[in-house]
Amino acid sequence: MKKIYNNPVGESKYTGLLFVMPFIAGFILFGIYPFVMSFVLSFTDSGINSSPEFIGIENFRRLLNDSDFHKAVAVTLKYILMLVPLKLIVSLGTALLLNMNIKGMGFFRTVYYIPSILGSNIAIVIMWSFLFTSGGLVNQVLEKLGIMPVSWYGESNPAMFMIVLLRVWEFGSTMIIFLSALNDIPRELYDSAKVDGAGKIRMFFSITMPMLRNVIFFNLVMQSITAFQEFNAPFMITGGNPMKGTYTVSMLIYDEAFRYYDTGYANAVSWVLFTMTALFVAVLFRLTRKLRSDDI
Amino acid sequence: MKYIRKILVYVILSAGGIFMLYPVMWLIGASFKSNSEIFSSVWFMPSEFDFTPYINGWKTFGMYTMGHYFLNTFKIVIPRVIFSVISSTVTAYGFAMYDFPFKKIIFGCLMCMLFIPQTVMIIPSYMMWDFFGVLDTYIPLILPSLFANEGMFVFMLVQFFKSVPREIGEASRIDGCGALKRLLFIYVPCIKPAVISVAVFVFLWTMNEFIQPLMYISSVEKYPLTLALRMSADSTGQGYEYNKIIAMSVIGLIPSVSVFALAQKYFIQDITAGGLK
Repeated sequence: MKKIYNNPVGESKYTGLLFVMPFIAGFILFGIYPFVMSFVLSFTDSGINSSPEFIGIENFRRLLNDSDFHKAVAVTLKYILMLVPLKLIVSLGTALLLNMNIKGMGFFRTVYYIPSILGSNIAIVIMWSFLFTSGGLVNQVLEKLGIMPVSWYGESNPAMFMIVLLRVWEFGSTMIIFLSALNDIPRELYDSAKVDGAGKIRMFFSITMPMLRNVIFFNLVMQSITAFQEFNAPFMITGGNPMKGTYTVSMLIYDEAFRYYDTGYANAVSWVLFTMTALFVAVLFRLTRKLRSDDI
Repeated sequence: MKYIRKILVYVILSAGGIFMLYPVMWLIGASFKSNSEIFSSVWFMPSEFDFTPYINGWKTFGMYTMGHYFLNTFKIVIPRVIFSVISSTVTAYGFAMYDFPFKKIIFGCLMCMLFIPQTVMIIPSYMMWDFFGVLDTYIPLILPSLFANEGMFVFMLVQFFKSVPREIGEASRIDGCGALKRLLFIYVPCIKPAVISVAVFVFLWTMNEFIQPLMYISSVEKYPLTLALRMSADSTGQGYEYNKIIAMSVIGLIPSVSVFALAQKYFIQDITAGGLK
């Protein structure tokens, strides 16, 4: 059967195609081409050798024995496990508070959103690194509270926590997405639950959470993907130190490509990172299948 | 009981608000402090306002002033904003208003681009620009924005276009308005807040962009502000002029803060209203 295109009368079925042409061109040039090329290059010794040759799975074999890579994967996974749950809880909690019908919520919304507008700015990252120097604000406050100052740059766990805190502090955009989802929950649901005598806690678990589960999942996936690629903050704040304790996979890729000019190996690492991200997301889909409704 | 709960909410929100804003306030204060005062006081107000960190900061640690780096940044940001807005709007219009062959697949490609980590693309893109001989120019940073490369914005604009009542478009079509004219004079005014949000987002993101310029721009003369700031932060080890580098960071934040303040009323309500549907 011939497909019928539902367009305004008198418009060709190609008019729309014409409008999305820029995207298609860009997708081929800046999407498919580098994506496929990266895969091809990962099987070559490109970069080291001026005329790249295929070396089969040599790069991937090297990966298996590269302790720097193993450490970077462990660091990245640890970073994700620390950051993502914390950020989701903070942003959902704040969104719930800001969703209440109380005066001055617009003001607070702006206040909480500001850090995430500025957050990825290098100026803020530099500022953040100053807050945690040995005599910086954070240690001064800790001292006032009678807690031992922490050597934030000296050990890998505090150093990691410092970066996690920066990213949690920027929870604004995640919070906004939660807020808009909360807004979309029909009020009638709560009204009828109230009539049926449900309490606040019951309403939260029987109405709010189920209505939010797709958005929670969306944020979970997006935040995980972003966290897998973390580069700016550790690069600027700790430089991957101490003892590569904050050295993420993205930093390894950057170093291999732009410091050691081993682009073949860097591409192999980036494909492994991509595969790990895809697997992680697939596992998330699997694990939460029962909890989601089916339209994401 | 109700009052207590209300007060409790305010207390929690205010405490959170302090946590959100105090670091920034402290750092702004620190930019006026002497180096010894920075590390001896928790209170954000400086004991006296000293503007020399700003005067020295503007001169930077190298041979160019911050004005020079600001100019470089705007050479990237302004074309990027214009190109992104135009290309995303046109593409989104096509997706929202028309039916065409392979539409589902093409839209799927758009969504895919959102999920593929940029890290995979970086090295081949770099080699491609190298091949074209445009490394150390702004072309690699600007050109992709002509091709609606930010899928997020296209996706967002599609939702907004769809919310415009179809009758408005139909009426203008009957009056003899062509497809492009209709987009420009009928639809864009209808979704003006969304278009402004896109412009603001592109502005803020491009101001913040770091890894791309780091890869493509190698001569200090062409550094945008982000790279210049990082260079200065690296060189503080020698001089320990903390107040100077903090002052530079504060100056560096001014454009983003002003744009955010100006566009704020469009922004937050808008994203809340139409962001994810």
